[in-house]
Amino acid sequence: MFKDIEHLIRLALVIAIAVVAFIVLRVAVVPTSFGQYGHYRGAAVGEAAARPIAFAGHQVCEGCHTDVAEKKKQGKHVVVSCEACHGALARHADDPTSVTPVKLDTATLCGRCHEANSAKPKLFPQVVTADHSGGIACDTCHQPHKPRIEDEKPAAEGKK
Amino acid sequence: MDITRRHLLALLPAAAVAWKYILAGTPEASPNYKLSEHWWGMLIDIPKCIGCGSCVRACAEENDVPDGYFRTWIERYHVADWRIERPEVESPNGGKQGFPPNEISGGKNFFVPKLCNHCTDSPCTQVCPVGATFVTPDGVVLVDKSYCLGCRYCVQACPYGCRFVNPKTNTAEKCSLCYHRITKGLTTACCEVCPTGARQLADLKNPKDPIHEFLKTHTVQVLKPHMATGAKVFYNGMDGSVR
Amino acid sequence: MQIPVEGFMYPNEVELQWSVLIVLYPFITGLVAGAFILASLERVFRVQAVKPTYRLALLTALSFLLVAPLPLQLHLGHPERSLEMYLTPHRSSAMAMFGFVYLWYLMAVLLLEIWLDYRPDIVLRSQTSTGLLRLLYRALTLGSSNLSERSLRIDDKLGYFITLVGIPSAFLLHGYVGFIFGSVKANPWWSSPLMPIVFIFSAMVSGIAAVMLLYMVSTRLRGREIDMRCLDKIAQYLLYTFVIDFSLEMLDLLQRIYEADESFRSLDFMVHTRLWTSQVIVQILLGTVLPIALIGLTQILKLANTSRKAIYALAGSLTVIGIFAMRWNVVIGGQLFSKSFLGYTTYKMGFATREGLLTAIVLMILPFIILWFLVKFLPPWPDADSLPAAGATPAHGTS
Repeated sequence: MFKDIEHLIRLALVIAIAVVAFIVLRVAVVPTSFGQYGHYRGAAVGEAAARPIAFAGHQVCEGCHTDVAEKKKQGKHVVVSCEACHGALARHADDPTSVTPVKLDTATLCGRCHEANSAKPKLFPQVVTADHSGGIACDTCHQPHKPRIEDEKPAAEGKK
Repeated sequence: MDITRRHLLALLPAAAVAWKYILAGTPEASPNYKLSEHWWGMLIDIPKCIGCGSCVRACAEENDVPDGYFRTWIERYHVADWRIERPEVESPNGGKQGFPPNEISGGKNFFVPKLCNHCTDSPCTQVCPVGATFVTPDGVVLVDKSYCLGCRYCVQACPYGCRFVNPKTNTAEKCSLCYHRITKGLTTACCEVCPTGARQLADLKNPKDPIHEFLKTHTVQVLKPHMATGAKVFYNGMDGSVR
Repeated sequence: MQIPVEGFMYPNEVELQWSVLIVLYPFITGLVAGAFILASLERVFRVQAVKPTYRLALLTALSFLLVAPLPLQLHLGHPERSLEMYLTPHRSSAMAMFGFVYLWYLMAVLLLEIWLDYRPDIVLRSQTSTGLLRLLYRALTLGSSNLSERSLRIDDKLGYFITLVGIPSAFLLHGYVGFIFGSVKANPWWSSPLMPIVFIFSAMVSGIAAVMLLYMVSTRLRGREIDMRCLDKIAQYLLYTFVIDFSLEMLDLLQRIYEADESFRSLDFMVHTRLWTSQVIVQILLGTVLPIALIGLTQILKLANTSRKAIYALAGSLTVIGIFAMRWNVVIGGQLFSKSFLGYTTYKMGFATREGLLTAIVLMILPFIILWFLVKFLPPWPDADSLPAAGATPAHGTS
């Protein structure tokens, strides 16, 4: 009787071997932290947290550059983070001599925030630079850390 | 503005602790960070956004985002009159270099920053065939670069268009809520550089976080609520025309 | 590479994620499912007329099924990690679960059925052939050469059972592909409960048409007479399936137009502009309405054999092209519009790139090459020299 289904038994054996091989493969290859928190590699959470940092954060800058911090506190740019203008400087904070921050091109930089645009909030200080300054660098007249020009009447907020 | 300052001052001691580990060259998550104590989200205050693009630039620098792809971006809306279902929207290079002055006046104009919404019921996580994208116990949706197949199913499944495949790594990528920063007590790169406080990181599990008071006193929305994704990026003052 | 955009698209949406290779994939698996359903018509439903195509249909299904994973592998960012889908499948992902449906269908249904049906031939050839072929045949016998009447009866019963299980498996195979698209709530062009059903029926249509064409071509190449009773029956089944498929697609379209939800304006514009040729002209008119009309004609009028053969050949070819166009319209069409419903992008298909047109063409030719070898290795026809040697002219010219 068995002879007649011999080929099927052999087939069943082949399938069983394949299943076992698959299980062995799974145990060997799947990363150990998989399933730790959910259906993913648990170690990936730690790896994501371990990325190097590019922006130091303004408290770190103010830790050394106290004079600038003091000056900023007196003006409207107190809420602007140092690195918003100066770029990512964690490496500079880590070792000040390794990276020297580049002097910024105020003509482009300031305009990104302050160039007049109908989509900007009405009360946000913005100017049409062509009329306002004729395109010269903004820091010709304004000191970026304390932007209001002292000996002038406070300019009306909004478009000129 | 005051909210931003207070928020940051609260973070100062934690940041100081974390910084020590960064300087020491061992930037693993600080030992005082417990996954179960946090549930991350973000608050975007649309009336405050000036479309300067600082957030887009900072994100690209902090996270090595390749040109032409965006982990965050800004859209500018122009809504003429009552047709709020048909706004004119543009996002030149994602708003990375800010926006050129627009000739269109009249109507309603505003900026909307967009990023991954770190959904509680994230559809991208649901469709990932191998578990390469997932929601961490503290509510951040991340991508495991070393496990992702690059099948792009998650990119198709995201209703917000916040995912892309990085051509250098051939894996899916998106905003990680600067997980490497927030686990050390810092804020995200985009929130760090935002000059008006339009973007603010929020820890929904922290009772002292100003978001709770804000949500009680302001009208907020999430993007595409009909998709029921459990989005955790809250938009204050969002117009009905926003897609 | 600047991609032209009309209107507004989310910045990350401009570049298409899924290329022509992902169009090929449902097309190929559709042919598999359809060919198998045709084969099962004889085995399970005892439609004697289509018996001449039984083995050919199975081998066609196998050739295409073996090629099916290739477009996926070429598309993946990390094909070397594809084993992860079997080792750590995410149970909520339709794509992951499909990996197992594919495996089940390949191993438990198709290969098993082919093996059981061909076993007498395999055993015979393991004893009569020489060299490498002999080794291959012997391996396939699994070491057993028992061809007693009882064992053959058991094989037949088991084969019947497997075909029985195979029919829902074939539906599952291609219905699942439909579900992979239909379950994506983010995409209104895809998201629909009808999607798996539309995919199944269009798969059956393409598979039946493909086997019909292959039967006509291979019989011609062998210099034999086409069994008209068989061909007429296949064409009939093609017609019935086509009518159902067309009705489903029209139902989806009409509902969309009537309900006109948030996405409708954007999708409607896309169909009228970017998808006009591929959807309205190629898929609907040339690929569905015309074949249905042509085959319908053969059912109403009494036409001569030659006329019917010509009509079947034309209708079959148009059908296969039309179903390819349908896959194109679903996959590519679903990525041409913005999820903001405010804009459109363009698909820039490369040529000699990893996911380009040339690759797609090669992948479409490959199953026929495999089929040629399979037909040589496991001849579907009772006569010994099934196909003439390469280069030789056919023994009899057929009209």
